[in-house]
Amino acid sequence: MLYLELFLTFFQIGLFGFGGGYAMLSMIQGEVVTGHQWISSSEFTDIVAISQMTPGPIGINSATYVGYTAAINAGYSHVWGILGSTIATFAVVLPSFILMIAISKFFLKYQKHPMVEAVFKGLRPAVVGLLAAAALLLMTRENFGTPSTDMYQFVVSILIFLIAFIGTRKFKISPILMIVLCGAAGWLLY
Amino acid sequence: MNFYLNAFGTFFKIGLFTIGGGYAMVPLIEEEVVNKKKWLSQEDFIDLLAISQSVPGVFAVNFSIFIGYKLKRFPGALALALGAILPSFLIILSIALFFHQFKEYEAVENIFKGIRPAVVALIAAPTFSMAKSAKISKFNIWIPIVSALLIWLMGVSPVYIIALAGLGGFIYGKINQKS
Repeated sequence: MLYLELFLTFFQIGLFGFGGGYAMLSMIQGEVVTGHQWISSSEFTDIVAISQMTPGPIGINSATYVGYTAAINAGYSHVWGILGSTIATFAVVLPSFILMIAISKFFLKYQKHPMVEAVFKGLRPAVVGLLAAAALLLMTRENFGTPSTDMYQFVVSILIFLIAFIGTRKFKISPILMIVLCGAAGWLLY
Repeated sequence: MNFYLNAFGTFFKIGLFTIGGGYAMVPLIEEEVVNKKKWLSQEDFIDLLAISQSVPGVFAVNFSIFIGYKLKRFPGALALALGAILPSFLIILSIALFFHQFKEYEAVENIFKGIRPAVVALIAAPTFSMAKSAKISKFNIWIPIVSALLIWLMGVSPVYIIALAGLGGFIYGKINQKS
């Protein structure tokens, strides 16, 4: 039964998907392409490309896309494809729901306990490092281009980076407006 | 009811502009939830980041569930998570249904060429405001630096960093308690 398998597979991915979107992506690839062979390797590459170009967390994007494509590839109609994507998306967030609600309950109850406060005193500086690492990890050739292949794109990317950084930090431009403006800049400049 | 619509709408908007992975949601949530709506203090926001990062699953969804639960318990968690998930679900579904060639449109590719470096800047920017609320001083500035370098250069999973930092805080607290 495809739908039950979709549910179980994505529940498992949600449950063991530590470390954010890209770590999850390799798990999804292992299960969906190599394991169940619901989608082909090139369809998986499509998902990655589309996920990078559309809003939303990559884990959700790929669950939605795989759920639909797996049903279509198995010979079902569009309606069943939509059901497949709904099931896969629901399954991938269900573990988060169960775990996060349990943890939120615990945290809100014991937040003021001296030992919990001590733990978070250690955590807070590390989280700042985590966020810095996330930014550093995204400074890739996929996001910025390289001077050797396309000097123009590289220079424009650096300028956009600086303008976005100063614009949000110094001039308090909202992040959403910044994204819209930089999207427009990309459209006009390339 | 008004609260739920408002919260759902806010997270729908955040979900719609979360481009480039879960961390891209951090600056958007900070702006909407901490600065504008003041549903969360900056300090709670950092604690929440630590928690969401150490729980498996989609980071941005974990994040919305916690904020929703803190504000209005289970119904709140449901409203915010739905708001965060729905834009991505609807967009991907319509691409799968109607626009198989989506990624081959040149205009789309160009728009995203402009957005990607901006998203990196948007993620980098709150690092500094957060450093202030996390009370980074010359005594503990090595913690964020070492954490960032371990993740960036050595490929260490953030989960281990969180576990180590929490343990460190716990031991430090125990020692302080005794003296």
